[in-house]
Amino acid sequence: MADFQEKIGNLCPEAQFDDSGEFLLVTVPDEKWHNLATALKNEMHFDYLTALVGVDWKEELGVMYYLTNTDTQDMIHVKVATTDREQPRLHSVSDLWAVANFQEREVYDFYGIEFINHPDMRRFFLRNDWVGYPLRKDYDESPEKNPIPLDDEQNEDNTYRLVEDEDGNVTRIDGKVFEDEEYVINVGPQHPSTHGVMRYRTSIEGELVKKVDVVSGYIHRGIEKMCESLTYPQTLLYTERLDYMSAHINRHCLCLCIEKAMGLEVPRRAEIIRMTMDELMRLSSHLLSYGCLTMDQGATTAFFYGFRERELIYDIFDKTCGARMSMSYMTIGGVVADVHPEFINDVRHCCDVVTEKLKEYHKLFSGNVIAVNRMKGVGFLNKEDAINYAVTGPSGRASGCHCDVRKCHPYSLYNEVEFDEVILENGDSMDRYMVRMKEMEESIKILRQCCDMLEKEGIEGEYIAKVPKLIKLPAGHWYQQVEGSRGAFGVYLESDGDPKPFQKPYRLHFQSPCFNLVGVVDLTCKDNLIADLITITASIDFVIPDIDR
Amino acid sequence: MKHEDFKDNEYIDKLVEELNASGTNVVVGKLDQLINWGISNSLWPFCFGTSCCAIEFMCLGAARYDMARFGFEVARNSPRQADYIMCQGTITYRMAPALKRLYEQMAEPKYVIACGACTVSGGPFKNSYCVVKGIDEIIPVDVYLPGCPPRPEAMFYALMQLQRKIKVQRFFGGVNRKEKRKEFFDAQQVAPAVEEAQEATSENLNNQE
Repeated sequence: MADFQEKIGNLCPEAQFDDSGEFLLVTVPDEKWHNLATALKNEMHFDYLTALVGVDWKEELGVMYYLTNTDTQDMIHVKVATTDREQPRLHSVSDLWAVANFQEREVYDFYGIEFINHPDMRRFFLRNDWVGYPLRKDYDESPEKNPIPLDDEQNEDNTYRLVEDEDGNVTRIDGKVFEDEEYVINVGPQHPSTHGVMRYRTSIEGELVKKVDVVSGYIHRGIEKMCESLTYPQTLLYTERLDYMSAHINRHCLCLCIEKAMGLEVPRRAEIIRMTMDELMRLSSHLLSYGCLTMDQGATTAFFYGFRERELIYDIFDKTCGARMSMSYMTIGGVVADVHPEFINDVRHCCDVVTEKLKEYHKLFSGNVIAVNRMKGVGFLNKEDAINYAVTGPSGRASGCHCDVRKCHPYSLYNEVEFDEVILENGDSMDRYMVRMKEMEESIKILRQCCDMLEKEGIEGEYIAKVPKLIKLPAGHWYQQVEGSRGAFGVYLESDGDPKPFQKPYRLHFQSPCFNLVGVVDLTCKDNLIADLITITASIDFVIPDIDR
Repeated sequence: MKHEDFKDNEYIDKLVEELNASGTNVVVGKLDQLINWGISNSLWPFCFGTSCCAIEFMCLGAARYDMARFGFEVARNSPRQADYIMCQGTITYRMAPALKRLYEQMAEPKYVIACGACTVSGGPFKNSYCVVKGIDEIIPVDVYLPGCPPRPEAMFYALMQLQRKIKVQRFFGGVNRKEKRKEFFDAQQVAPAVEEAQEATSENLNNQE
């Protein structure tokens, strides 16, 4: 840490340092930020922008950046802020880290911070005619300002960017999303193959895609704002409704983050149960993505195969948690109840069945001529782009990135189990599909070890730590990430140390993996056939509520 | 919940049976029954899943639950071919106009099931700044199905309630239902008109001043 401090101090003398938190916090004035960011990326190899979080500190508006060095897995934390609330402006880093393009649009949408030199300043989640910036602390929530709209939304074709010249004068340049002569086809928001309410505006030439403009926000539910008015245990339920296919994993992440802030030790038994649930969830999620990917290509039978095995996992959840989906099982300090007496046997049985059936899946689909033709060599994403766009999870690993959080930043008991990180090199749709199939085998491996560990612990045991009824966190901020079914899921938690009995998070941000995944749709679909748009997006595999939050 | 406590809405069927027994036109009555029977057993859903409930709906279509047993399996991707819209998942302000438009595109007779807590009342997202608090604010709803998400069994129950409703609709009059729908949309249109009128009068007042 001290090493970084010295280097950054040399690069930018104005920077202030604070190493009391988990990572080194660097506070940089906005004018110096872009130069420092360039040096951080090029000289110190911080090439992966893990999270970009907008925060309203009342007297100032700003952005928190979490950067990771993909070679050493070191992380640092940068804060940039402005005191101007009327016309807040910061410098964009979207030219350095491509993932910042959408992230900055999100911050613009929520806080009204404009980013200088950002290529495309438009709202991302909310309608074009939305009044106000909802995540600001002084946002007026009265329904008169924003009534339920019943008229169709007009396409936003106009965009603008702010350009700064050498003297520091900022000018606004208006532009168009699509040129007048372009032929634009609309896909969505209600389309069976977009896997939810997602909309692509696709400019095509003949049958080739030239540009995809992602229009998101059709399921934007304002979870982050709602969390600011709830106590910590109450916020847990929203994590399961983000990416419902990694419900346990997301909830695990928020629990870990709050536990880290409280300094709470979780019983070993609880951690084993949590890990087992996480892997079952991953298995279930990959089975679903297998089903959906195959169905998008017309293989309806394969879809039924995938769902047949998912029912086994649902039954396990049902017995222990009392629900098939949205289980609400993990809680701060452990899990809400001990596992069902038949849990271990059921998990073992499920592992055996899925291992057997995986062969059937491969036989049915993996070698199929149609599948191979439609997936092999389609939708390339190389390693550099994958890191630049912060693509993680199976899609990132298909491009050769070493990005499994379970290996890079081990949490829970993942350093005690043996499994391989599946990494393939080609980065096409086929590899993204194959990574998932192989990861299922790895999950089964972990599940078997979990069963042994749980058996060693005995039939019953302590499954929850002693947690105070009213949870209070000291002032500060924490970042926790876990490996979700679709990539690195992160939680940014900020507390103001409010002494009132029912403390609420000052800011809770979910860094969802799918948000980054949707950023590469334009890149991967470009110059492919319009029909392949569906297979490529299906192989990237995102869940829309996770993008929109 | 105990089995006896469960209140099924059988009274509708009984009522209709009773009324039928006291005399209906034999030919027309039988024909009505036949039509209702036909509609209720070939309900084609419209794929409209926005979030979690859609996954459970997929389970409903898969092998274990198999909604084909009841004639629900022909899920359509176009609203023009569907009989009912089962709204699975939260409706946000951005999606609301699209939902309304899809509903308008459906051919008569058309039905709506509000599936899941979000569509019934806004559910866990009730306090959000951009979530519609129940889809009945935008379109008329026939069956409400709570749950977050409802289990496939519950979905079956909702669908069978809809079937039951359809089986007696001729008797209770499709006419009544249509009138209600017209009232529903008229009320929506009146609201902004009133506001405009108020604005106009206030402007007049300002001008006079």
